[in-house]
Amino acid sequence: MDKIASFLVPGCIALVLCFGCFRRVPVFSVFTQGAKEGLENCLSILPTLVGLLMGISMLKASGAFDVLSSFLEPAMKSLGVPSDLIPLALMKPVSGSGSTALLTEIFSSNGPDSFTGRVASVLCASSETTFYCTAVYFGSVNIRNTRHAVPAALAADAAACVVSVLSVRLLLP
Amino acid sequence: MLNGIWVGMIAISIFCAALTGRMDALSQAVFNGAGEAVQLILSIAGAMAAWTGILKIAEAGGFSRLLERLLKPATRRLLPEYKDDPQVIQAACMNLTANLLGLGNAATPMGISAMKAMEKHSSSRLTQGATDSMIRFVVLNTASIQIIPTMLASLRAAAGSASPLEILPAIWLTSLAALSTGLITAKLLEGRHG
Repeated sequence: MDKIASFLVPGCIALVLCFGCFRRVPVFSVFTQGAKEGLENCLSILPTLVGLLMGISMLKASGAFDVLSSFLEPAMKSLGVPSDLIPLALMKPVSGSGSTALLTEIFSSNGPDSFTGRVASVLCASSETTFYCTAVYFGSVNIRNTRHAVPAALAADAAACVVSVLSVRLLLP
Repeated sequence: MLNGIWVGMIAISIFCAALTGRMDALSQAVFNGAGEAVQLILSIAGAMAAWTGILKIAEAGGFSRLLERLLKPATRRLLPEYKDDPQVIQAACMNLTANLLGLGNAATPMGISAMKAMEKHSSSRLTQGATDSMIRFVVLNTASIQIIPTMLASLRAAAGSASPLEILPAIWLTSLAALSTGLITAKLLEGRHG
């Protein structure tokens, strides 16, 4: 499996380049043009990112996640969600690095093959960092009125949370 | 929406920090977070530039036209407003493929290229906010459907899992359920304004 994964990136690049050379595209100058655009995109999302990560870092430092998780614990317990997973479920939409840290913590305290470890894995792999993704995508085109994008994306996250517990129960007895 | 979320995040942090006595940590966090954003951009800028360059070659060489044809049934429904704009559809297809292959650092630059192309296409309407297709596209990206989550598999292997990939079917089921929930919710909320 690891072998296949390590061929993935070079393979994709080779495939794209073959197509380009076959069609006699001036590949290097096209590449540099695109790279320039990519760097401009980086600059255009930076202000959004500064605002977002500032807010998230404040949320993490303030202990808001602890307050929220103790608040949510009774409700989640009745849904069959182990209490170790609540901080992860709250962190997942907000911060990618934060949720990876929580995931490794769960792995070392419960083991990756425990029920909690499996659900945590499924939860982490089945959704992206919602706020990062929405902020970066809409920030890159300067749209502030995102309409129903955030509610819809959060509904997807909530569904991932419930279904990850159910699917591990169902498929990995 | 983003205005409200941002103000809400900061208000909640200040309130909670006052409650739990972590004001010192909070004031440090303000500029740490801002600094993290610049570090993050610096660390992904190279990959962003490289993948956008590859995307341009794929567009010029016709590779993305091949993907466009393969993914047509999906993109026609997902992005009906842009189905006749090859620039949007090809960037979106490259983004979808990168997502499926689990190439996270390729998916973002290609997704941004698709958003920029959508912006160019409907610049006159954007004062009223994002278009329905843009929202569906972003929801699709937040739900991240991937065939093999390589990052997670290596984390599990490093933690000593007996079989790091045994959870694959559960992941597929969960991402599909999350994606459908997101798209259905988007559909239901579409009519409200705009």
